[in-house]
Amino acid sequence: MWKWLHPYAKAERAYQLCNTLLPYFAVIAVVGLLVGWVWGLAYAPADYQQKDSYRIIFIHVPSAIWSMGAYSSMAIAAIIALVWQIRNAELAVISIAPVGAAMTAIALITGAAWGKPMWGAWWVWDARLTSELILLFLYFGVLSLYHAFEDKKSGGRAACILAIVGVVNLPIIHFSVEWWNTLHQGSTITKFDTSAIDPSMLWPLLINIVAFAGVLGVVTLIRLKNEILRCEQHRPWVRELVNRG
Amino acid sequence: MNPRRKKRLFAVVAAVFGIGASVGLTLYALQENINLFYTPSELVEGKGELKEKPQIGQKLRIGGMVVPGSVERDESSLDVSFKLIDTGPMVTIRYRGILPDLFREGQGIVAQGTLVETNVVEAFEVLAKHDEEYMPSEVAEAVKGIKHEKPKYNLNSEN
Repeated sequence: MWKWLHPYAKAERAYQLCNTLLPYFAVIAVVGLLVGWVWGLAYAPADYQQKDSYRIIFIHVPSAIWSMGAYSSMAIAAIIALVWQIRNAELAVISIAPVGAAMTAIALITGAAWGKPMWGAWWVWDARLTSELILLFLYFGVLSLYHAFEDKKSGGRAACILAIVGVVNLPIIHFSVEWWNTLHQGSTITKFDTSAIDPSMLWPLLINIVAFAGVLGVVTLIRLKNEILRCEQHRPWVRELVNRG
Repeated sequence: MNPRRKKRLFAVVAAVFGIGASVGLTLYALQENINLFYTPSELVEGKGELKEKPQIGQKLRIGGMVVPGSVERDESSLDVSFKLIDTGPMVTIRYRGILPDLFREGQGIVAQGTLVETNVVEAFEVLAKHDEEYMPSEVAEAVKGIKHEKPKYNLNSEN
């Protein structure tokens, strides 16, 4: 069943796969961001309560979603790296981590900028905000564990273990607004209700979410390509690649 | 799957479940403390099964809906007072300062301050809470019958 995956355990095949996927993600990212931002920031109607201030949702929500999406992908790669001991998966973990951390930082910063005018505070220690901040620290932890070891093998293993353990935080972030009284409002999109968000605002938001996935993919793939090359720098196929280019 | 991989997979899954369970239990034990605020009825009637009431002089946060018609502003200073409600009794909030943009009658807010009487809180911070619904003004008017105007305040003195 999984036989078709086996060749990609080889660094060269994985590198080629990155090259094949890269243009698709790039197109999604560029087109999506252009359409999504122009539509969302300029053409979508203003909210009945928050007027134009709500427009930061078109950056805040996609980055928050993908801060968690990146973490789950990182954790899946970490499980594969630990259980099947595939080095490419370990490289994927270390490639995703800084991108996910950036997404988390964007979500936190835009959230603060949104919170100040609407709630009246940059930061409140409520369950949603705090658990998202912990997510940022988890990313930092994964990165620093990897780089703390002289031996990349033990560094990779330690980073993978932390990445897997940190998954516990994801449901806490998602359900924090339901389990506790928080200042942060409940989920808009996953509330499958007709009136949570008007279609004229939902569509640009969905486009932005897809576009942010594209950005996440592009940056991660570029980083993964670099990591593969760094690991394989003494191999003949890399030499050949360098000599050709 | 060969036995070594199976063993590692088992170890990973066991670790995640173990940590998940311990974090879950911790959060369950801390449940009352993670809540950002008391609701007005919790403040007056007590919270949880033990009906624990906060003590006078205690610092706390309270969240509820601003009772329409209860906002009273002092004409010569920034003093403002209003009542909060959820399902039961009302609690009076006194505050000196600038209220956030979203502060309106009927709006959910969270105030942080000191309990001075059983149902009076002297707040030093008032935060507005908004819901997860977004829509253009015309739609809001049609669907909810909400027409947003600047709130009218009841001034203390007539003029």
